Amino acid sequence: MTNHWVDIKNADLVVIMGGNAAEAHPCGFKWVVEAKKERKARLVVVDPRFTRSAAVSDFYAPIRAGTDIAFLGGVINYLLSNDKIHHDYVRNYTNAAFLIDEGFKLEDGLFSGYNAEKRSYDKATWQYQKDKEGYAMVDETLQSPNCVFQLMKKHYSRYTPELVSRVTGTPKEDFLKICGMMAETAAPNKTMTVLYALGWTEHTVGSQNIRTMAMIQLLLGNMGMAGGGINALRGHANVQGITDMCLYSEVLPGYLSAPTDADKTRDEYLAKRTPKALRPNQMNFPQNFPKWFTSLMKAFYGSAATKENGFCYDWVPKKDGAYDAMAIFERMHQGKMTGFVCQGFNPLASLANKRKVGDALAKLKYLVIIDPLATDTSEFWKNHGEFNDVDASKIPTEVFRLPANLFAEDAGSFTNSGRVVQWHWKAADGPGESKGDSEIMAALFLRLKEMYAKDGGKFPDAILNLAWPYRIPAKPAPEELLMEISGKALADVTDPKDPTKVLVKAGDQVPGFAMLRDDGSTSCGNWIYGGSWSQAGNLTARRDASDPSGLGQTLNWGFAWPANRRILYNRASADLAGKPWDPKRTVMKWTGTAWGGNDIPDMRPNAAPEEHVMPFIMAPEGVARLFSPIMADGPFPEHYEPFESPLDNNPFHPGNAKAKSNPAARVFKSDMDSFGTAKDFPFVATTYRLVEHFHFWTKHAHINAVLQPEHFVEIGEELAKEKGIKAGDKVKVRSNRGHIKAVAVVTKRIRTLDVDGKKVHTIGIPLHFGFKGLTKPGYITNTLTPFVGDANSQTPEYKAFLVNIEKA
Amino acid sequence: MALQSLDIKQRSATTTPAPSVRQTTEVAKLIDVSACIGCKACQAACMEWNDIRDEVGINTGVYDNPVDLTAKSWTVMRFAEVEEGGRLQWLIRKDGCMHCADPGCLKACPAPGAIVQYANGVVDFHQENCIGCGYCVTGCPFNVPRISKDDGKAYKCSLCSDRVAVGQAPACAKACPTGAIQYGSKSDMKDYAAKRIADLNERGFAKAGLYDPAGVGGTHVMYVLHHADRPQLYNGLPADPGISPLVSLWKGFAKPLASLAIGAVALGSLFHYVMKGPNEVSKDMEKEVEKETEQ
Amino acid sequence: MQVNRRQFFKICSAGLGGSSIAMLGYSPTAALAEVRDYKLARATETRNMCPYCSVSCGVLAYSIGDKSKNAKAEIIHMEGDPDNPVNRGTLCPKGAGLLDMVHSPNRLKYPEVREAGSNEWKRISWDEAITRITKHMKADRDANFIEKNAEGTTVNRWNTFGFLASSAAANEPGYLTSKVLRGLGVVALDTQARI
Repeated sequence: MTNHWVDIKNADLVVIMGGNAAEAHPCGFKWVVEAKKERKARLVVVDPRFTRSAAVSDFYAPIRAGTDIAFLGGVINYLLSNDKIHHDYVRNYTNAAFLIDEGFKLEDGLFSGYNAEKRSYDKATWQYQKDKEGYAMVDETLQSPNCVFQLMKKHYSRYTPELVSRVTGTPKEDFLKICGMMAETAAPNKTMTVLYALGWTEHTVGSQNIRTMAMIQLLLGNMGMAGGGINALRGHANVQGITDMCLYSEVLPGYLSAPTDADKTRDEYLAKRTPKALRPNQMNFPQNFPKWFTSLMKAFYGSAATKENGFCYDWVPKKDGAYDAMAIFERMHQGKMTGFVCQGFNPLASLANKRKVGDALAKLKYLVIIDPLATDTSEFWKNHGEFNDVDASKIPTEVFRLPANLFAEDAGSFTNSGRVVQWHWKAADGPGESKGDSEIMAALFLRLKEMYAKDGGKFPDAILNLAWPYRIPAKPAPEELLMEISGKALADVTDPKDPTKVLVKAGDQVPGFAMLRDDGSTSCGNWIYGGSWSQAGNLTARRDASDPSGLGQTLNWGFAWPANRRILYNRASADLAGKPWDPKRTVMKWTGTAWGGNDIPDMRPNAAPEEHVMPFIMAPEGVARLFSPIMADGPFPEHYEPFESPLDNNPFHPGNAKAKSNPAARVFKSDMDSFGTAKDFPFVATTYRLVEHFHFWTKHAHINAVLQPEHFVEIGEELAKEKGIKAGDKVKVRSNRGHIKAVAVVTKRIRTLDVDGKKVHTIGIPLHFGFKGLTKPGYITNTLTPFVGDANSQTPEYKAFLVNIEKA
Repeated sequence: MALQSLDIKQRSATTTPAPSVRQTTEVAKLIDVSACIGCKACQAACMEWNDIRDEVGINTGVYDNPVDLTAKSWTVMRFAEVEEGGRLQWLIRKDGCMHCADPGCLKACPAPGAIVQYANGVVDFHQENCIGCGYCVTGCPFNVPRISKDDGKAYKCSLCSDRVAVGQAPACAKACPTGAIQYGSKSDMKDYAAKRIADLNERGFAKAGLYDPAGVGGTHVMYVLHHADRPQLYNGLPADPGISPLVSLWKGFAKPLASLAIGAVALGSLFHYVMKGPNEVSKDMEKEVEKETEQ
Repeated sequence: MQVNRRQFFKICSAGLGGSSIAMLGYSPTAALAEVRDYKLARATETRNMCPYCSVSCGVLAYSIGDKSKNAKAEIIHMEGDPDNPVNRGTLCPKGAGLLDMVHSPNRLKYPEVREAGSNEWKRISWDEAITRITKHMKADRDANFIEKNAEGTTVNRWNTFGFLASSAAANEPGYLTSKVLRGLGVVALDTQARI
């Protein structure tokens, strides 16, 4: 979330699309209800199903799963052609005026630079035109045909209301009504907030779904504003924190891009990741990358990380390709993996194409499950009748199951979707012999270290020298770990302008990431958490809920990264002169000598408006990108059909089969055959959560099993009639990858849509059920889903695929 | 101990007058149906706080689960899909005890002290005194109490009288994530409802209103409905609930002198009803009694 | 006078007599009515956090026992933390049912192994589990660790071993997991964050 949960109450218009906040985040959704009650805000829901969010909305419109870019591209077209944009904001705070390489174009659905063989783009023509100093060139009149504004206008002029309606199935008048409601928030003192979740990410165009809405929010001037922003409602309680700690292959803690084989030396590695400003006077915050990375290496390797050995740069493993979950399972399926650990993760149930996942696990030598619960994955080898029909005797994998504590059985911090880090305390011991996650990792690591110290082995240096300064080595305390994450001075940190002035004494915790250095004098496990445990103590444990702002900022409750800032890009909530766009909801203002207001400035505190330091400090441009040269699949979002689509072609590019689905989405060769077509599987399926359950956990909790006891699928009345299915009937749902059986819920809430001249039925499939748990034993929904991911994030396309249905 | 920590207003099958000098604030729960997302947090919180766990059922083709109130499910969400003017509305109502000011269950109950109404408006069942006759089921105009298969006693929402007694909100009201369940003094709840109704009027629900039916003397669980003119839309919420004539009769019977004057037919029916169990003959009997009382 | 169902029937079948008078409320016994005892009166309250969705609601865990040496704390109830600015004491049906997650009959209680080809779990000690797992890991790492790639660049990676990290773990174990895995050279690493 660029903003935070309570801030939703400051919105004038709430749009829920690509998510279902009432269902998946009910307690956060309360702030939507609050905005309605107290601000007279309106709530709009766009979804293939009339959801629980829709139940309390002011306006609902249906949409075909997987066509959000068509819808939102149409909104951009509406805003531009009706001149409903926040002009000052767009001109000053976005790259609308930037000039793009003249070679850039979109032709027949493909952007310039496409390589069909590699399914990827050469982005050479997607770049800014630069002057001789290396700065991007701009046309402040926004008139040049090569400026972003004009290119964008041209790009989206194709997204007419008629075509939008034809592709999305959303009735044209519903679409236009929503355009009109959104357009009202172009007024400087009106804001729209957008709440989305996996309904946008879980597509082969997932990242671009989000980008399209981000562009709308920029055109309307809603970013950085109270009650504005683009708000990802994340999944798990600490999925934000674990993302920040970067437990995935592409990045190291604090989103520091991990080295690849191309980054041969530390200097090369740093040079590529330390950008130069693209406009004069900009903060270009990523220029501090070497400080963050060096401090991380000091946290990992302590005194072993020296200037002489490049702070152990070579010890960090280099990536030679993709290692996301789908890529890992593809490797496993090919027999390239020996061992695997699932820590609080149930891939058999939660990854796409269950059969492939099960087959892959059976090729491992050993599998380790670290979990509080007996997961489905832990018994992938066991025959559970029709739900998991395997032969244990033929599966040679050795499986270990280690009992882990639950939240109430350990202290520590969780980071919520609004980036607020909050501490919790231990209430009781776990059952039996269960242990905390840190203790289990310590046990594995310390034993390996002992073995390498005694017997030697491959490259023991990084193991033997991994900093382990914990008082009880077998039980690293959460307090010690958070202090390490937050960072400390190893030598006196002095003022660069006055070396005699000591800013942080050696041994003290740093007050924030501004104190980190690239010379090895500071250590910090995650720069964005810098200052979360300062000399003042554990700021994540603060419990002062007072809110003098009235906006719900509660700056003394917990700690929000970065720097306790609650609303990102908050400098953009004020005009060029530093006057708030809406003084009634002041987030940030220029006081004459400094930035002040109701938040921590997302700006150098003394950057006077005359200095023209722009609000988007993490971009070398200083402004937000309507045109983004870094996306894998195009600088402007373009509509592509899901990989399994009920249509024969992409109505935007009917003549080009290559542009039917995202041309840059990654598909493994072995999965190409697993896709089905509309001929055999005529219905659009989409998967989702129910409010009564959390993933595959609460099927183990009695109360939740009572509230939603059995697997079901939802179908509209028209399809039910066509197929002779009545509510309560058992049905079989098939995709090209397998089938499930479940109870049919027949509902008015799923409408049959008119799409491109044909009727499209949608089938909704909740995901929570499986063969382990207190709920009725059932099939795993992901038996049906396709193994293909988004071009940028490799998130699987769970939200739009094809199935068939019949009475079981 | 919590002994009589709430003042008693009425007690089943007891004619000893209740003390009435102390003035206790009347409390109420307000269910704002227009803010309800049907998440069932109230059901979960109710089970958890009251230490009741219903059986894991099956899906019958609807979202409702458990599908009906039971001795272990004191509240359930009832979902209704209503189409009007080409636009769909998903009306979701939390069902459970209404805590009537004039409680039919209490009036019908023959077991002394099995049902108690506190001065704050809470109607509470005391199972240790319950004989499981099922009169409360017939007496209830909202069809709420349920007889347990385990111990043959009647159960229903207590408005978390144990929480209310120490100044806390009922578990469901505290949990409700969208604030669709509010709890406070009845007069505050009415004020809050008025504000919600004005908001709904402004959003195009001209007939929005408060459900606090006079036929049972008003309730201590009230609804804000978008369509207050048609409560039946919300899974058959009765438009004009009242206490069955059978119960009024029984109440009269509870006064001993009057009871002797009551016709033998009605009395016979009543005992027959008690012997046969609560659910079989109630309709016939009601008719019979109605006939009797008309005479 | 307390009357149970059976007695009541007796009274009924005996017809209306003097006994019914008592039944009808003229009981000489004092009329007592009490609400259920407030079960949290002496419980220990601990501030915690719901582990489900990313609203990360504040919860109060109530446990029996006052943390004295001989009393084992057992969580008996959870409800929303009214101070938490986001949830303000509310919880959803998952949060309101947390107690049943903590006490789920499907909680793992001790380490187990399923041997290759076997059809059952076998209980083992922590020591045996750690010994066997690390033996596998070391053998795998020593056999498949890549110090330099074909071009001769130092890459120090171990890519025959993979790890899916928990998004339910707190930041501290998350960070420690990241540190340990990078120290071992693991690159096949992902988290629920992606899906």
